[in-house]
Amino acid sequence: MITTQRSPTGGGGGGSQSPRSPSSQPPFLSVSVTDPAKMGNGVQAYISYKVITKTNLPEYQGSEKIVIRRYTDFVWLCDRLFEKYKGIFIPPLPEKSTVEKFRFSAEFIEMRRQALDTFVNRIALHHELQQSEDLRTFLQADEQTMERARSQDTGIFKKKPSDLMSIFRGVQSKVTDVVLGKEKPVEESNSEYDKFKKYIFELEDHLAEAQKHAYRLVKRHRELGQSLADFGKAIKLLGACEGDALGTAFSELGAKSEMLSIKLQREAHHLLMNFEEPLKDYVRAVQSIKGTITERANAFRQQCELTETIKLKEIDLNKMRLIRSEKMLDAEHEYEELKVAGQEATRRFETIVKLMNEEIVRFQDQKTQDMGRAFHEFAKGQARLANAIADAWRSLIPKLDSLSVS
Amino acid sequence: MYSSARGRENLYILKERNPRQPQSFRAADLIPETSSSATKTVHPHPQILSLSSTNPQYQSLYLQIFRSIVQSDKSMMGLENHEAQLYASREEMESLVLDDDDNNNNNNGNGTNPSSRSNGGANGDGSQHHHPLSPSSPFAEISTTDDDDPLLSSSSSSRHQNPSSFNSFLEPPSYADAVFRSFDGDRGKQINGHGVASTSSPSSGSDYLKVSVTDPQKEQDMNNSLVPGGNSFVTYLITTWTNLPEFNGTEFTVRRRFKDVVTLSDRLSDSYRGYFIPLRPDKSVVESQVMQKQEFVEQRRMALEKYLRKLAAHPVMRRSEELRAFLQAQGKLPLMKTTDLASRMLDGAVKLPKQLFGESVLSAAVDPDDVAQPAKGGRDLLRIFKELRQSVTEFYGTKPPVVEEDTEFLEKKKLEDFERELSNVSQQAESLVKAQQDVGETLGQLGLAFVKLTKFETEEAMFNSQKVRAADMKNVATSAVKASRLYRELNAQAVRHLDKLHEYLGVMLTVNNAYADRSNALLTVQTLLSELSNLSFRVEKLEAAASKIFGGDRSRVRKIEELKETMRVTDEAKNRAVREYERIKENNKKELERLDKERHDDFFGMLKGFVVNQAGYAEKMAGVWEAVANETSGYAKSS
Repeated sequence: MITTQRSPTGGGGGGSQSPRSPSSQPPFLSVSVTDPAKMGNGVQAYISYKVITKTNLPEYQGSEKIVIRRYTDFVWLCDRLFEKYKGIFIPPLPEKSTVEKFRFSAEFIEMRRQALDTFVNRIALHHELQQSEDLRTFLQADEQTMERARSQDTGIFKKKPSDLMSIFRGVQSKVTDVVLGKEKPVEESNSEYDKFKKYIFELEDHLAEAQKHAYRLVKRHRELGQSLADFGKAIKLLGACEGDALGTAFSELGAKSEMLSIKLQREAHHLLMNFEEPLKDYVRAVQSIKGTITERANAFRQQCELTETIKLKEIDLNKMRLIRSEKMLDAEHEYEELKVAGQEATRRFETIVKLMNEEIVRFQDQKTQDMGRAFHEFAKGQARLANAIADAWRSLIPKLDSLSVS
Repeated sequence: MYSSARGRENLYILKERNPRQPQSFRAADLIPETSSSATKTVHPHPQILSLSSTNPQYQSLYLQIFRSIVQSDKSMMGLENHEAQLYASREEMESLVLDDDDNNNNNNGNGTNPSSRSNGGANGDGSQHHHPLSPSSPFAEISTTDDDDPLLSSSSSSRHQNPSSFNSFLEPPSYADAVFRSFDGDRGKQINGHGVASTSSPSSGSDYLKVSVTDPQKEQDMNNSLVPGGNSFVTYLITTWTNLPEFNGTEFTVRRRFKDVVTLSDRLSDSYRGYFIPLRPDKSVVESQVMQKQEFVEQRRMALEKYLRKLAAHPVMRRSEELRAFLQAQGKLPLMKTTDLASRMLDGAVKLPKQLFGESVLSAAVDPDDVAQPAKGGRDLLRIFKELRQSVTEFYGTKPPVVEEDTEFLEKKKLEDFERELSNVSQQAESLVKAQQDVGETLGQLGLAFVKLTKFETEEAMFNSQKVRAADMKNVATSAVKASRLYRELNAQAVRHLDKLHEYLGVMLTVNNAYADRSNALLTVQTLLSELSNLSFRVEKLEAAASKIFGGDRSRVRKIEELKETMRVTDEAKNRAVREYERIKENNKKELERLDKERHDDFFGMLKGFVVNQAGYAEKMAGVWEAVANETSGYAKSS
């Protein structure tokens, strides 16, 4: 039905998840996040990861480097990039907070590891972001340096970014207000961009719904697995009551049920990692875009305010020129400064616009790839499961036949 | 309680008709057709509900079952909601489906749409039954025409008499209708042949005895109605088709009321002690007050039909005079009411069947009427107390009762274990079905979420990549909806197969009744034995006293004579009681053997049906997903 060939990953920003195929000639930078280990105790406990970098980029100290990082380090990197690369859709991080109970569950850790791996590789593959000094620091600095850098940021300019970041990471209602201009009169009005904003906001809702059902499907698979196991156990017991051929038949059925139950649990895990998680990642990516939208709105507002101020200044200046005030020189100076600032703001805004336009293409492309893969994994998993079920039950049929006549 | 029962029925009485074997008698043919009559799907699980009021011994079991009923009812509710939701959004989906090849499926899905079904048109439309997903499926299709079955046409005519408002209320949005083809198609038929063996006679061969209960009519009780209209009752038209020689004919119709069924049931349990007699529907006093009249009547009609069909399927009951009279005799039911309230209350402990006393003994010792209605005569009242005392002493173990042989005790223990495990399995089976249903449901919701997303992306598409993604999504969405539908069909079938477990829970109750007959008979033997020893003691004492007086005391001698006569009668009665006990034991044994055989067939049928069905639907699902996996394989990780 679908004959469209998949367009190859566009440009340098190809969104492939974690390509670890270092070929010698072209420049490459590939990172893997591995070996999560629990550090510390009690409330202080956290998970640390081994971050292994392989590269041939000249900016890097060597071809391979291993550092130990924890989640907050990733947050630091994300915040820094967001601050410095406005207009670029910074790859999303996995959620910070989770239910305390699951924080150290193997499944959660593995999911987070995978998400962090994806995160850092997306940065490493992004043609702009991969140049980032902060990325280099993150990938290469020893643990003390890293911690210093992190605490510095926390000390000095954490305040502002953290606010932005909290918006960026999901406080949507505020964003909605800001972006859709319920309280801000200064709002970029551009029908195409408006359409895009609307698209992003609605997309998030749709994706969130799909993700919710996907998660529920994982849960349902687990429950079905549990039910099959219980059913298997019960029917084995019944078989024990029956004895002879029927008893054998029952325990065969019970054994198969229990076997399938394990398959179901495994498939549920596969579903979680390869279908539900990519969907969640998609949601996060959309939320990250909303952060960028907020930034663009801020930049636009700044630009407008400056333009307004400059206009007022110009009127003042003209008045002063008329009365030949002594302050004229100062004012002229100030005016020039403002004009520079205004130009700067306009440039910043325009950069954001330009970057965003590029980023949207990249984003759509990447998501088509990501989702395609997730769909593939989902379908493959379901087919595998269904085949396992069919095989298991089918293999029972001849046994039942021979038992029923005996 | 009622509504839960209804939910359960919806879930579990999803029987399949089998028009390819119209001649041979199969209970499956007799099971109400859920597909064509919504009203017929509603009636309580008679074995289980009727037990609640009578047998405290099984209260706990009952509670268990009840809980599971409630559970399954809840799940039905969930299902219904979901259905509504799903269908609502399916319309939406259809409107947006981009390619034509999927419309087919969606239309097919509409075949299960309650609204389209209640029009009554869905039943005849063969195309809706055809599953487009696998035209080349290896599993044969079951034709769904019901013209070739006299039962169906007659009962459907009665259905048309039901006002349609009935349907809207009763009709469950069950997917039974959607499942005209099941995976055990051809093979399932053979299975089902056995699969219903508990309700069909294994030895019947070409014998058949089919019963249908239709056309409930309200009538006035002319005899003792003080208030006009205050004493009305409902009669049912009972139609029988048979080739059994005892019937001297092939088709009969009679009108009977519920009371007659009670009489029939009482007479059967009196005459066939030790047999596993199918349980009669409960009187449902509460329901009759609470429920809508029409609904209640319909529920009872179905319960009666089920009951009579079970009787007709029992190898001994089907040939009983009592059943024949009930089915055949015109006018009033010729069967005598056997018992009054007092004896019913004390149940088995009181009953000394007339077989115990030979005719001569009867005339000498007891008035025949007293035997027929034991609690009326003073002598019998005395016996009640004696037997009660006997049972009490036995209970406290002060006097060792005639112990039943160890092997039989073990047999009983085995049955109890079986019953416990069976009830456990049936519970687990229900949660399995529920879990399967949940997966299907969630898959459907996921599919719909992607349908919406597809629609959204298509509308908003600015880049080609979005269109590609939307196409992929649509692919997944359609498959998820397909898979969801497959899950639903699978589940309907699974329910049908696993229902056998519930049926056997009901059978276990009749087994327990039969065993109770046996202990009661034993109790009678014991009572008579102790009475006998009592009498002989008294005779000895009198004889000893008489021997002291030479020539004998005339009155004493007469007394001794009298006592000896009583002893003779009692001894005779004891011998008969022992024979009755042995007979019941023999019946128990025979029935147990029959049950073992039938259970063997039934359970193998169930297992095979279940397994074939699971495998078949899993294959279909695998097909659906493999197609998607292939189409999306371009995205697969290269590593």
